[in-house]
Amino acid sequence: MVQLTEVTKYYGRKRALGPVSCEIEKGDTVGFLGLNGVGKTTLLRILACGLRPSSGRVRIDGLDVLQDPHEVRKRVGYLPEIPPVYRDMTVRDYLAFAGRIKGMTPEAVARRIPEVEERARVTEVADMPAGHLSQGYRQRVGVAQAIIHEPELLILDEPTHDLDPVQIMEMRGMIRSLKDSHTILISSHILPEISQTCDRLLILDDGEIVASGTEEELGEMLLQSRRVAVTVREGGGEENNGSAANEGAAMVIGRIPGVIGVRRSDRGEGAIEETGTVTFEVECKTDLRAEVCRVLVENGYDVIALARAQRDLERVFVGLVGRERT
Amino acid sequence: MGATGIIFRREFRAYTRSPMGYIVAAVVLLLDGILFYAVALGPRAGQLLSGQALDRFLYNASGMVAVAAVALSIRLIAEERQTGTLLLLDTSPVRDWEIVLGKFLSALAFLGAITVATLYMPLMILVNGKIAVGHILIGYLGLICLGGAVLSIGVFATSLTRHQLVAAAVASVITGTLFLFSGMAQVVGAPLGRVFAALTIHGRHWAGFGSGILHLRDLVYYAALTYFFLYAATKVMEAKRWE
Repeated sequence: MVQLTEVTKYYGRKRALGPVSCEIEKGDTVGFLGLNGVGKTTLLRILACGLRPSSGRVRIDGLDVLQDPHEVRKRVGYLPEIPPVYRDMTVRDYLAFAGRIKGMTPEAVARRIPEVEERARVTEVADMPAGHLSQGYRQRVGVAQAIIHEPELLILDEPTHDLDPVQIMEMRGMIRSLKDSHTILISSHILPEISQTCDRLLILDDGEIVASGTEEELGEMLLQSRRVAVTVREGGGEENNGSAANEGAAMVIGRIPGVIGVRRSDRGEGAIEETGTVTFEVECKTDLRAEVCRVLVENGYDVIALARAQRDLERVFVGLVGRERT
Repeated sequence: MGATGIIFRREFRAYTRSPMGYIVAAVVLLLDGILFYAVALGPRAGQLLSGQALDRFLYNASGMVAVAAVALSIRLIAEERQTGTLLLLDTSPVRDWEIVLGKFLSALAFLGAITVATLYMPLMILVNGKIAVGHILIGYLGLICLGGAVLSIGVFATSLTRHQLVAAAVASVITGTLFLFSGMAQVVGAPLGRVFAALTIHGRHWAGFGSGILHLRDLVYYAALTYFFLYAATKVMEAKRWE
């Protein structure tokens, strides 16, 4: 669907991107992950035909973006970081304008608008001026304009930018619902956004792709150890009194072959915050979730939750870009 | 309807929905009315022949049209660049000339509507004096030509920047300079004076329209000036789209 070959972009003498080469298959949902200013937006705007690469070749659905930009634009839906919404228009008028400007007939637009309003969940604000909408709704309207012409490739630049936690969850849900019908490219500097919605990650640093693969592949490739977060009910095991029982659980886990270390982590990733429970972060050579669960249950502990520590991917990210996020 | 028509409709409606459109219309109509009163209805009424009164009214109206054209055009692209909505057009299957032309025509239509709303004033002269309908029609054609030329300068200026104030300054300087050529042509001797006279946006090229005489030369001048600045705006859009 997307082929990038040695693509670079210079602003004056400053290199903003590249050289970047990669291929994205039809139907994939791919996340571009990187710190602010590493070239994510530049790359996505090149793919959306809104920016010309300084060198290299970009093909979308077999079409060259420099030779057939008009045709490429018909196949691409683009949501920039700030939704391109006219504040003086109602949502419905705006979507009609977006559809027409993307080459749809008036009949097709009239037929499609109720579908995208439903899909982007903006039906209830369809008659309101976009300038009166909250940031969350504006973002949804931005998604609606991006999908109105049923593009094969959907490009979302920081789709959860400036959203509150509830709106972020809704946006994730919307993106998941679009995965069946589009090839989706998403950029973000926030790990959970990418890891929870994408099948594959491309990590950018200083304008270049420094790693790519699924979350598991990146972990396998780059981490010396894996982390598992396990939450058990307090007071389990043979020593059923408080801290002794907790130490007992840690010891039981520590005896599993392949475990490098165990530490109590009440606020660790994957921990559940519930009175009467305790969470351990287990560092192991391989993914030992099954063994950890089995051993704890065999020793009389009630396992409340068990998950790969999210921090695994964070470690990959920080390790690759070589500096801590601020 | 092509992309030009779709953009034209959106932009024209934006004028009718925004306070800016109404403010420009109100100020132009108010000042044109005051100037008309001073020329044709006030204490000095009767000192001018009706043809001279119409000439004077059109002269004043031409200045108002030029100012209104700058005011209407500066938001066209700069505002979209600033709010980020230009990205919708940049990433849609629309050509740059279609964007420029759609926006220009919307501003021209709105300016035309304001101009037509002043028609009652020369009609009062027509009813009460001795002037030809052709004089009014040619005068208004001149206003539209002049307005279109200044609008094209404004479109060019607004394509350069995301700041409307900067666009207004650039448009005002270019338009003002082209107006000043008229005075410079009279001060400077030939052959430079002839060049200034040929290039001025008012003076020599306006005089015919003001007195009800249609010269092909003047029509060609305004059409060429409009085309030149719209072409330049398109090239700026292309350059910025890919920069």
